[in-house]
Amino acid sequence: MNPAGFSEQVRRAWAIAKKDIRIYYLKGPVLIFGVFMPLFLFLAFLMGSRQLPLSFLISGLVGMSLFFTATAVSPAIFPWEGQARTLERLASCPVTVEAIVLGDMIASTLFGIGITIITVIIGLALGLSLLHGIILVAAILLAACCFSAIGMLLAVPPTNVPSNIMMLSSLIKFPLVFISGIFIPLEQMPPWGLALAIFSPLTYFTDIVRYSFTDTHYFPVEIDIASLAVFTVVFTVVTMFLHKKTMPQRM
Amino acid sequence: MTAVIQASNLTKIFGKQTAVDHISFEVQKGEIFGFLGPNGAGKTTTTRMLTGVIPPDAGTATILGHDIRVEPVLAKQGFGVVPETSNAYTDLTAWKNMMLMGELYGLPRPRAEQRSSDLLGMVGLLERKDQKVQAYSKGMKQRLILAMALLHEPQLLFLDEPTSGLDVQSTQMILSLLRDLNTQGTTIFLTTHNMEEANRLCNRLAIIRAGKMVAIDAPEKLKTAIDRVHKIEVSFDREIPDNTLEGLEGVMTANRTGDKWQITTRNKDATIHSLVTFSQQKGTAIVTLNTLAPSLDEAFLRLTHEAQP
Repeated sequence: MNPAGFSEQVRRAWAIAKKDIRIYYLKGPVLIFGVFMPLFLFLAFLMGSRQLPLSFLISGLVGMSLFFTATAVSPAIFPWEGQARTLERLASCPVTVEAIVLGDMIASTLFGIGITIITVIIGLALGLSLLHGIILVAAILLAACCFSAIGMLLAVPPTNVPSNIMMLSSLIKFPLVFISGIFIPLEQMPPWGLALAIFSPLTYFTDIVRYSFTDTHYFPVEIDIASLAVFTVVFTVVTMFLHKKTMPQRM
Repeated sequence: MTAVIQASNLTKIFGKQTAVDHISFEVQKGEIFGFLGPNGAGKTTTTRMLTGVIPPDAGTATILGHDIRVEPVLAKQGFGVVPETSNAYTDLTAWKNMMLMGELYGLPRPRAEQRSSDLLGMVGLLERKDQKVQAYSKGMKQRLILAMALLHEPQLLFLDEPTSGLDVQSTQMILSLLRDLNTQGTTIFLTTHNMEEANRLCNRLAIIRAGKMVAIDAPEKLKTAIDRVHKIEVSFDREIPDNTLEGLEGVMTANRTGDKWQITTRNKDATIHSLVTFSQQKGTAIVTLNTLAPSLDEAFLRLTHEAQP
């Protein structure tokens, strides 16, 4: 066994992910927040925009669910663990910073996928038909990785005060929802809105979900998938690089 | 002897403050090495650099043959850490904490379970292994993190104030465990404020003050090295007239205190020889003969005071 080898580090990242799921995700309030937060946002918009079809809004709900759940807890894990000194425990164990970040990403990816499956089931229960199931599954997997990387990116500032990070997190996440074609179709967006939407990975995921349920889309599916893949790689590499830099400042 | 820790010019700067200032030392295999210093001297910062938690700004640290900056994972695989404040996951049970450590150190599951049972039994927590750590007392938490640090059978153990604020029972249990571990070959790097603990446990001590190493030696040598003038206490089986002892070789002053004589000297060895010769010549027997070394507390205070900037 080479403790520093790639496969061994991935195994240890999985141990961190299991720990995260036990401690941070499998809690009643977290699970309830994961389901209710996007649901209430959706209901609020459903009441306010009766002219939009249900299929459009359900697609948005699926997009929001994955985005909010995959980024809900992960930004606060490092501040929590920094405060409790458990981060120092991890830092003195034979695991790289990359493995710690990967572990946190795996946990938020799984949490995001789990909650999103519930919203997909809600959509199906409300009468929508799934036209492109395999594409939807692939997109959910890819987007969950991408959004969990965003979640970890939000945790980069080396503070051990969770509320600071959650404030920053909300400041970035909510505007992103409004420019990503969830509530306003991309076709109806002004040019400046569309220009902003291009830089949001949520745009591409929502576009694929819409395609999966309604067979309509703004970008070609290949572009959506490729964009999500590029965002995932870039965010993952950047978040690991930045955490490696800032980790000692948390100790 | 093989050095398991080699620190060379280790330096850490926080803003304008130099927390650790070019310190160098080695810890040999099988040693219990005490690291002493007043609050804010740089002990914890040094330990954190040695354990790879924070990077040094200058200098190198080689742990078990691996540079902690170049091969951190390989170095960390060989040592265990017991910090001052318990950092077990309080939302997990003791058993889950042990299993997590097993996975982080790459132990096969059956081995991790066997070791966990043994270690939790050894620290008296086996019966409460399925209880969440948040319900544990401070002593129980400290015993748990010691068990967690020992799970992978490390060759080297770092302990930062392991008995600070603990009850007598937990303190004795931890100290006894450390002695046993050391007997079995584990090298121990112990940061402590407790002079008595350091005096009884450690083979060598390093004293750090304001980020600089001020002394490094065996406890007894440190105690004697701080005073050039030594004290010897002697008593005879019959009365010795005043001023008799002051003429002996090596004796600077001789004062009667009860039935004993307290002698000051710059040369302990020559003075003891001349006292023995004196007793033989006068046909009197020496009842007691003690060299009065300063306590480690005195040595510590003197050394840290002298090094004060």
